[in-house]
Amino acid sequence: MEKTLDTFKIGEKGVIIKVNGEGVTRRRLFDMGVTPGANVKLVKKAPLGDPLEVTIRNYELTLRKNEAKQVILKVEE
Amino acid sequence: MIRVALAGNPNSGKTTLFNALTGSTAHVGNWPGVTVDKREGEYKRKGFEPISIIDLPGIYSLSPYTPEEVISRNYIIDEKPDCVINVVDATNLERNLYLTTQLLEMDVPIVIALNMIDVVQKNKDEINYKKLSKALGVPVLPVSALKEKDFSDLMQTVNEEASKKRKGTTLLDKTKLNDLINQIKELYEEKDESNSLFHAIKLIEGDSIEKKDHDKIYQKVEEAKSNFNDEIFGNDLEAIIADERYRFIQAECSVSFKRHQEVEYIVDKKGRKKKVKEGTISDRIDKVLTNRVFGLIIFAAILFLVFHLTFGEDLFYLNAMGVFNNTDVTLGVGTTWEGILFSSGAGIQSPGVLLQTILVGFTDFITEQVGVGLDLAGASSWANALICDGILAGIFSVLSFLPQILLLFLFFSILEDSGYMARVAFILDRIFRRFGVSGRAFMPMIMGFGCSIPAMTNTRTLATDRERTATIRVIPFFSCSAKLPILTACAGATVTLFGVGNADLITLGMYGIGIVIAIIALLTLRNTTLRGETPPFIMELPAYHWPKFSSLMLHVWDKCKHFVKKAFTIILVSNLVIWVLQSFTPSWQYIEYGDEGFVTSLTTNDSILANIGKIIQPIFTPLGFGSQLGTFGWVFAVGAITGLIAKENVIATFAMLGAVVASVPGVGGIVSDIEGASDVAMMIQATNINIPGILAFVVFNMTTIPCFAAVATAKAELNKGKLKNTIFFWLITSYIAGTVIYLVGTWWWTTFIVLVVIALLIVSIHFINKARDKRANLTLKN
Repeated sequence: MEKTLDTFKIGEKGVIIKVNGEGVTRRRLFDMGVTPGANVKLVKKAPLGDPLEVTIRNYELTLRKNEAKQVILKVEE
Repeated sequence: MIRVALAGNPNSGKTTLFNALTGSTAHVGNWPGVTVDKREGEYKRKGFEPISIIDLPGIYSLSPYTPEEVISRNYIIDEKPDCVINVVDATNLERNLYLTTQLLEMDVPIVIALNMIDVVQKNKDEINYKKLSKALGVPVLPVSALKEKDFSDLMQTVNEEASKKRKGTTLLDKTKLNDLINQIKELYEEKDESNSLFHAIKLIEGDSIEKKDHDKIYQKVEEAKSNFNDEIFGNDLEAIIADERYRFIQAECSVSFKRHQEVEYIVDKKGRKKKVKEGTISDRIDKVLTNRVFGLIIFAAILFLVFHLTFGEDLFYLNAMGVFNNTDVTLGVGTTWEGILFSSGAGIQSPGVLLQTILVGFTDFITEQVGVGLDLAGASSWANALICDGILAGIFSVLSFLPQILLLFLFFSILEDSGYMARVAFILDRIFRRFGVSGRAFMPMIMGFGCSIPAMTNTRTLATDRERTATIRVIPFFSCSAKLPILTACAGATVTLFGVGNADLITLGMYGIGIVIAIIALLTLRNTTLRGETPPFIMELPAYHWPKFSSLMLHVWDKCKHFVKKAFTIILVSNLVIWVLQSFTPSWQYIEYGDEGFVTSLTTNDSILANIGKIIQPIFTPLGFGSQLGTFGWVFAVGAITGLIAKENVIATFAMLGAVVASVPGVGGIVSDIEGASDVAMMIQATNINIPGILAFVVFNMTTIPCFAAVATAKAELNKGKLKNTIFFWLITSYIAGTVIYLVGTWWWTTFIVLVVIALLIVSIHFINKARDKRANLTLKN
């Protein structure tokens, strides 16, 4: 099943299929390792529900729901 | 001498390696054009020619995102170091090697230092260096910057590599982009550009800097792009390249990196299976610190503790609890020790205040001895005054803030180095976004409470220019430690004279007003001149670790040197100027002041300073401290002006002018233990200024152009041409804020007028922005 990263529940895992969007933000996502094929796990949400913290390529990355919306992943059902 | 640059990701241990290699030879300079710390040092060991080492800012990629990426990239391209040591965090190979794949494309010898190898061994993981080295085509050496002392293997290799020439190589040569890369690369070579491979690939990635410099060649890329078709990415070359880089790394890592299998269960003595505790220590700490419920509370508590340890006069609240209600504490033998350990109210002082008291005691002693010495040597009274009141008093008053600024800086360094600050940005981002900045902007703002200078330098971590400019502009509204005396003295005087309120509450309220003004200013800026999308928030959350003592000390030492230099240059000169202006009349007669008061009929009221003050006094009439104050009203104008040089000057000026107004009938008789409060009280009595006028004066000083040194920092940190507008912004903001407070405070019904004006402004900004968007959309469509 395909879904975007911002709809993940805490502890949910997936593999990136595609990164949408454009410009520097997308470029930065690539630079930080958010590219197709990477395994992602949603670790937690900030006290106010946004931004998110994920584990990717063996480190912790934080990004907002707004940016997470651009990341499409495949999750196992 | 061979020049070697250190490049690597933030938190890869680059600076630790730099410190270990260079030891005491390191010094900090600025990168040309920008105030970004450039650390340089020398590697000196027996049997080695000295090697010059430059520590580049920590970066994730060579694509321009923050100024730090651009600096590192330009350094390697323009300054052409003999070799680059790429520091790679071995515990986080995948992401670290992403930068490596880009560095390899440059025409420079590269040696990879695989750092934190001790942690890898401790985790029982294995890395095959030889395989990695073969895949990347450059030497790979394991190091542990934290544990090792001898880096001769690494430096030997660096020495050998530096003597060789190296052409850039790319892993993309095995992909279908190879033909395009070669084609573009040739175009660069025709232009005699060095680093042709690097430039070519960056151009194909659609890199903004490259596109600007070589728009002709980019047309070729556009052409090729329109014919390109990848089954997954289409013609999205940028995505293909990023994907290929990580694909390559994954393929290479999987053969060279062997992860120790985690045990999920342990079997206890009774033979039962027990689940091993999940996560590392870092994860467990994190669970508490960023907890949904307690995260914000813990953060507030830590912040309070930091400020209390630095500025608190009553460390354990013993005084407030009434333990020391008897002021005759006989703990020390003499009075000196009492003064140092206990504040005037006899509570135990915080480390910050304690250090300050010791330093002030010491510098006062020097000033006194110099004065006595000069008298004995037969120096004239004006020479004595020049040296003691003009030079020494000026420098020492600034130096007295050194302990607190350093302590605050130390605490912030600890919070930053330990990885907590990144979590704070994570927690607060949701709130800060409402004001048009990311959670990262929180750090420089909160540092502003200590000193605007390190705060402004810290804005470099912000991603967009607009966010950086907006943050630098509001930093002074977070009242710095030098403004604190203005707040306390004015609050103290108001309470004792008018008998209203509570001095602590008024001071706190003033801080609050500063924050409110900052929020209003941010919202206004982000909706008018600095309009733009809310900057993205994509950030690494580094693992928690204990900050290293030596690197903390190095941070603090750098800061200390910088601050002392400032005290002896800008502030020294400005103090001399003020002293001359207030000690001489416009016809250059010296105004002599002795133990008994003014020696001749000339007083400070006749000085050049007073005359200047009288001219500008009317400007402040709408703020309540202008023409309506009469003869002595100029002291407030002068206070505000001298504050532009250093905010410490405001109360210092009042103290000097206090002697002038003391002879006016009905002035004096106010005793307060708050420093400067009695001086302010005298000014109030002499000028009959009302409470809203005083508050307006405080708010004006708080929000207007900051001190000289902060303006200089802002100039260096802002984009070219932005400083003029920024200074104008500070002036306008402080003038409006002061006027509103005076008007509303004096005539309550003006509140309605103010509200109506604000409402009209909001509505018009809204419609102007709508019209702008409409026009922008139209141009887009055309």
